[in-house]
Amino acid sequence: MSAALDVQGLTTRFDTRAGTVTAVDDVSFSVDRGRIMGLVGESGSGKSVTGFSILGLIDEPGRVSDGKVMVEDTDLRSLSPERMRSMRGRKVSMVFQDPMMTLNPVLRIGDQMAMAVRVHDPMPKARALERARDALGIVGIPSPEERLAAYPHQLSGGMRQRVAIATALLHRPAVIIADEPTTALDVSIQGQILAEVRRLADETRTAIVWITHDLAVVSSLADDICVMYAGKIVERGTAEEVIGQPRHPYTRGLLDSVPGQHEPGARLPQIPGSTPQLSHLPSGCPFRNRCSRATQICATVPPFTSTGGHSALCHHPLETA
Amino acid sequence: MTAPLLVIDRVSKRFPLKATLADKLAARLAGRRAGGAVHAVTDVSLTVARGEVVGIVGESGCGKSTLGRIVSGIYAPTEGSITLDGQPVAKGREDHVNKLTTQVQMIHQDPFASLNPRMKVGETISEGPRTHALVPSSEVGARTRALLQQVGLEGAYADRLPHQFSGGQRQRIAIARALAMQPDLLVLDEAVASLDVSIQAQVLNLFLDLRRDLGLTALFISHDLSVVRHVCDRVAIMYLGRVVELAPADELYARPEHPYTKALFASVPTLGTGRRAFEPVQGEIPSPIDPPPGCAFHPRCPFAGPRCRAEIPRLTAAGEGRSVACHLNDGGVKAKAA
Repeated sequence: MSAALDVQGLTTRFDTRAGTVTAVDDVSFSVDRGRIMGLVGESGSGKSVTGFSILGLIDEPGRVSDGKVMVEDTDLRSLSPERMRSMRGRKVSMVFQDPMMTLNPVLRIGDQMAMAVRVHDPMPKARALERARDALGIVGIPSPEERLAAYPHQLSGGMRQRVAIATALLHRPAVIIADEPTTALDVSIQGQILAEVRRLADETRTAIVWITHDLAVVSSLADDICVMYAGKIVERGTAEEVIGQPRHPYTRGLLDSVPGQHEPGARLPQIPGSTPQLSHLPSGCPFRNRCSRATQICATVPPFTSTGGHSALCHHPLETA
Repeated sequence: MTAPLLVIDRVSKRFPLKATLADKLAARLAGRRAGGAVHAVTDVSLTVARGEVVGIVGESGCGKSTLGRIVSGIYAPTEGSITLDGQPVAKGREDHVNKLTTQVQMIHQDPFASLNPRMKVGETISEGPRTHALVPSSEVGARTRALLQQVGLEGAYADRLPHQFSGGQRQRIAIARALAMQPDLLVLDEAVASLDVSIQAQVLNLFLDLRRDLGLTALFISHDLSVVRHVCDRVAIMYLGRVVELAPADELYARPEHPYTKALFASVPTLGTGRRAFEPVQGEIPSPIDPPPGCAFHPRCPFAGPRCRAEIPRLTAAGEGRSVACHLNDGGVKAKAA
């Protein structure tokens, strides 16, 4: 069986006054049904642009310049704008960080969810509302019937995000792209949503791409992890491999700088410098200016070195035990 | 033992809600007074010793930022008092605000909002000491450069504008601005929350270095349990305006006592390998406008009994410098108050 989502060589460029920058640089990964793939990176790493590129939501001055985005057996990049619109929300849907970006503040939850149903599946409104109610139930919203009549402002942030996830689920899409969906939520609410999402992936067999900066979240939620830096995937593997035995020096540094695993009050191991500007990337490996293992060869483009499915874009990957 | 530097004594803060015409009418008809209030902070007592870093942890709406702002003199408490170094402060804002603004310095979450975009960072850092005549004007420039170096930036950056700096660098500038006042107390309100993890580590290291070199005293407000664990000596857990547990950091993390503290710890994803079953706490945080009667956590608490719905638990000593506000530690949840 083919993967639910297969991204090959995805490249997105932005034409800026400072020249053309490559925000997503030759990104490839695939996600099978029922799996959660954590796409991790710091700000400016290109993780969100990757999500938007998959859905064809890149506006001027940006453009997806290369690559394939296969959802089941359809290459999204070959579709006309009309056909693409019929895929969005039906085969691939997206959950954003701020649920108010998804929800219309002046429409009742039921009305806007029914609208989302009927856009792709014409049916009587009563039946569409039933489907909306079922979707609210799936994401753990108590008394879904009442919520259908509520306006977004009457719900808490956690409830709104559940509604956004339920809306993404309406057409049982093959793939959901979730962009920092729990970042704005409190930890106890985040915990509830993570538990629901894990259950969702297992039960509905939806493939989920979970975009986040939070390593702790993906380490406990995701099956597989891709780490992005300066537009490139620099490491990929299962969650166990990437978190337990990282091979790329950047991943190692990122994991080490998370407090809570070190002696309290001790200096944290830190990655020197700051994330590079995409318009001023060093040649070869984009991380080499900050890397303790860098040598002369790092000025040339690094290869993907892999053991099994676990690989790192590095000339000097860390040894695994 | 010397007297604590900061004493927060039974401080409450309520923000009155503006009643709409419809509310006023409804209240008039029902024969009650219009307009409720947000109970942001309720009956909080806390001390901070000189050289100590105390963490204030809680989720949104728990009142941690309001408490920080009361300590900084931005808000006056509705009830209770704040004493800094033996002097009553923040009783009425005008009287003591001068003293407070020099002695307590605040570092905010968003370094993009907290620095004046049209002011050179050198001016931003030197404005306070200049206004309060802390430094002779001939030495202002040299001191500004020294402060920039102290926070790991170059002295020459004094002539630049905030937009020329990254988020982490701006937070260093905000720290330099706070230190320029030679404050007795720093209030850090989610000071590293908006930074990427690699930059966060750099800023936390800077804070630890400064603490060691200058003997800083600080209130460290954060929602991030692992950050707080790393930098704080003692930690207060807040829920819906009240402190529910207060303990030395080691003790608290080794053995959380309050059911909310336990639930919070269980909800936090931690770096680990392999899928974990989440055991999230059920329900949502209640509204601070109309907090539940009794213990505010009882609607979500698996151990709640009749007493929890009727009586507000007091923060009582539970050994080893720990206090907990829970009826489980105070005679059980069954009996109603006598």
